[in-house]
Amino acid sequence: MPWIEANANVAVTLTVNGVSHRLELDARVTLLDALREHLRLTGTKKGCDHGQCGACTVLVNGRRINSCLSLAAMHGADNITTIEGLGTTDALHPLQAAFVAADGLQCGYCTAGQICSAMGMLEEWRAGWPSHVGEHAPAEAITAAEIRERMSGNLCRCAAYPRIVEAIQRYAGDEGAST
Amino acid sequence: MTEAIVKMDTPFADSLLDRVPAPLVGTELPRIDGPRKVTGTARYAAEHFPDGLVHGVLLRAPFGCGRITKVDPAEALAMPGVLAVIRDERMVRNGGGFAGAAAPVQGVEEVAYFGQPIGLVVADSLERARAAALCVRLTFETAPGVFDMVASRETALPPTDDIFGLFLIHTEQGDVAHAASEASALVDAVWQTPSQSHAAMEPHASVAIWQDGQLTLHGSYQSPVVTRDQLATVMGLEPTQVRILSPFVGGGFGGKLGVMPEAVAAAIAAQQLGRPVKVVMTRQQVFEMTGRRPMTYQRLRLGADAAGQLTLVQHDTITDQLTGEVFFEPAGLATHLLYAGANRQVDHKVVRTNKLLGVSMRAPGEAVGQLALECAMDELAEALNLDPIEFRLRNEPERHPETGVPFSSRALVACLKQGAARFGWPTRSRDPGAFRDGEWLVGYGMSSAARGNLFGPSRARVRIEGDGRVTVETEMTDIGTGTYTILAQIVADLLGVELAQVDVRLGDTDDPASAGSGGSWGATTSGSAVYAACSELRVRLAAAAGAPVDAITLAGGVLTAPGIRRPITDLVGNGLAVEGVAQPGESNTRLNQTSYGAHFCEVRVHAVTGEMRVARWSSVFAAGRILNLKTATSQAIGGIVLGIGGALTEELIHDPRSGKVVNRDLGEYHVAVHADIPAIDVHFLEERDSVANPLLAKGVGELGVCGAGAAVANAVYNATGVRVREFPITLDKLLHGLPPLTSATSRT
Repeated sequence: MPWIEANANVAVTLTVNGVSHRLELDARVTLLDALREHLRLTGTKKGCDHGQCGACTVLVNGRRINSCLSLAAMHGADNITTIEGLGTTDALHPLQAAFVAADGLQCGYCTAGQICSAMGMLEEWRAGWPSHVGEHAPAEAITAAEIRERMSGNLCRCAAYPRIVEAIQRYAGDEGAST
Repeated sequence: MTEAIVKMDTPFADSLLDRVPAPLVGTELPRIDGPRKVTGTARYAAEHFPDGLVHGVLLRAPFGCGRITKVDPAEALAMPGVLAVIRDERMVRNGGGFAGAAAPVQGVEEVAYFGQPIGLVVADSLERARAAALCVRLTFETAPGVFDMVASRETALPPTDDIFGLFLIHTEQGDVAHAASEASALVDAVWQTPSQSHAAMEPHASVAIWQDGQLTLHGSYQSPVVTRDQLATVMGLEPTQVRILSPFVGGGFGGKLGVMPEAVAAAIAAQQLGRPVKVVMTRQQVFEMTGRRPMTYQRLRLGADAAGQLTLVQHDTITDQLTGEVFFEPAGLATHLLYAGANRQVDHKVVRTNKLLGVSMRAPGEAVGQLALECAMDELAEALNLDPIEFRLRNEPERHPETGVPFSSRALVACLKQGAARFGWPTRSRDPGAFRDGEWLVGYGMSSAARGNLFGPSRARVRIEGDGRVTVETEMTDIGTGTYTILAQIVADLLGVELAQVDVRLGDTDDPASAGSGGSWGATTSGSAVYAACSELRVRLAAAAGAPVDAITLAGGVLTAPGIRRPITDLVGNGLAVEGVAQPGESNTRLNQTSYGAHFCEVRVHAVTGEMRVARWSSVFAAGRILNLKTATSQAIGGIVLGIGGALTEELIHDPRSGKVVNRDLGEYHVAVHADIPAIDVHFLEERDSVANPLLAKGVGELGVCGAGAAVANAVYNATGVRVREFPITLDKLLHGLPPLTSATSRT
């Protein structure tokens, strides 16, 4: 079977959190596995590898994607932001701080995906992307119902959902107040 | 190392925690491991990269019962980077139990269920191992299996083991048949609950490293000592030769208690290849080869007299499990004690099926048992024309209704009353289908909640360093429950040091053994061990200061007593360390210890499509002292949401021809998502249980799920007039009975 015997590596430069990494990767390596296994940026999590749980959400050129559904070789021209690019334990990003304050996490395994997803989701909101809820008014503060709808691709089995919504709402409100 | 023991032989009238001037315990302190989790710097099992690490992918049986006759690895072995196709008689077929050192069922020639592990392919990259696993050729013989529990329920037999006396197999008193014939009102019906998957967000993962005859395993385990002991037995090693590290666990819910196949496979492969091996289950493998909550077929027969007093409480459960496995789903657990009634029977039987191993899942027994019991109570209240809260109040027992033993603390009545007030229960219409808001039928439902409080042996080492920092070391885990934070709070309060001065190290089997995370006992058992150590350290500090221990106050790193004021750092020399030991005693059996609660919810059902939305929720709980209000509330919410998912969406579907888990991923097995869950109001009552442990606290982690789904089901009935007794309540089960579109009165 030539598709398996082919030992096809591809060269790709991944720019992650502003740092460029030159990699020689098996063509089958997903963006998620490149981040975790090759760059050892393990903040991004693998929950299902099928785009069903959202734990692997990262920002590619500011937009949220499931990194498990994307091959690393496709991202040579992109700016990738992972949870490691947002804040550090000593200097949390305000959204990360809002998650801690609201207890928007328990086991912590979905958390990076929730936070990256929320970053991308709020950009979508500001850009006027519609949702099923249909209450869209980007000039106004995002409602809990909109957050629930737009975050439903990010599962949390510990079910911190109400507190994740609270964290995002608090952050979005503070951001709105400061701009 | 000095040991300090707290044994629960007598009640703890006076907890040191009640003498702390400005306590952290009980507050809404944010979790101290939060910053690591929100920045992605908390490292989970698969996130270790020892030199020479290679990747293993498990092979699984593509049939439900029979045996493997031949495995042809030639094609796989010829592929680039493939190191081995491993089949080893030590490999385990089933996961391990939640306690004990016994090896799980070993040998992967025989196949007892679809998806069972049968080998491991190892290669120098994940991609290569994954591709090679598809090229291992299997030859097998299938055999007839039992795949349909309900169809085979006549073959059910009593369980073979009562699981350390925790799961009563059969109890009876009075005359249930006579009581049934005499009852003024009777409910006699069957409720069914499906298999469920824990579906923790972190798949089971192990990184195995051998060095000098020692095995180190980074794993995702709730109870690392149990896992270590079982893994040692499997591998033919002494427990001292195995070390398991689980400092962060991405959710457990009972699915990561005993050793699981990936750890055994990783350990064997690493031994055979002489290099570290990582094995991470795919999501599909988690669904197929770890464990499930068994399905149940529960007959409830409740009878009452004209005054609304229960005269009959009968709960007969049939559940399923693999042959030879002792665990069973003890659905009658709460039925023993929740309500009064003279004539009683609680019975369990098991059908032996060829389906994935049944294991504990969050509130084993109580979670599914209270679905049936609390729905039956709702039905009987209606038959008696009583409000369901009033009906429960009339059947509140003074003592345990079977054993006559007193309750250590029981605030069910207060939970019911306060919950009703918080929710606005009195505005409910008792007539089903009577409240319509536009296109939506609106219903209110409620249920009681009860979860037994357990206590087990646990150890923790607490060390005050010469510089005043304090370190807590225990093998206990934090699976999202808040252990890091709670233990730090207890230490900060009892030793009078700043929270930032306390380091908590968890999940290492080289540290003192704990009771692990399970059975809602993690915080109380490990916290009691820390309490024991701190009590002894206070004695030592007092002695060093020359003060009677009862006279000292520790705060801000300073010991004060009449005429004495000494920094703690002056009193500890090069450091003081004590190993605290918590032990269960007579108190834990002399009185019944149970946590209680009450759930109230509003469910909206679309009048045309039957779509159900949970719109509003209030729960009130009483679980002794609440150690951290923030993390306890999160635990409660988590349980409630699991209950909502169980009521409306969660069902592990087995192919009746093979037992195969058909919906083996998160796209098809529907856990609740953001859009399914409204704001949830959780309130804890002030309570102290001096019988339970020196913290005066009871378990919280599983209480939320108990009864929660029944509140949903009862609300669906109130909205529509349809009683669905086969969970989950999907809309197809409602459609036939929805009220005519013109019938309901709109209140809008």
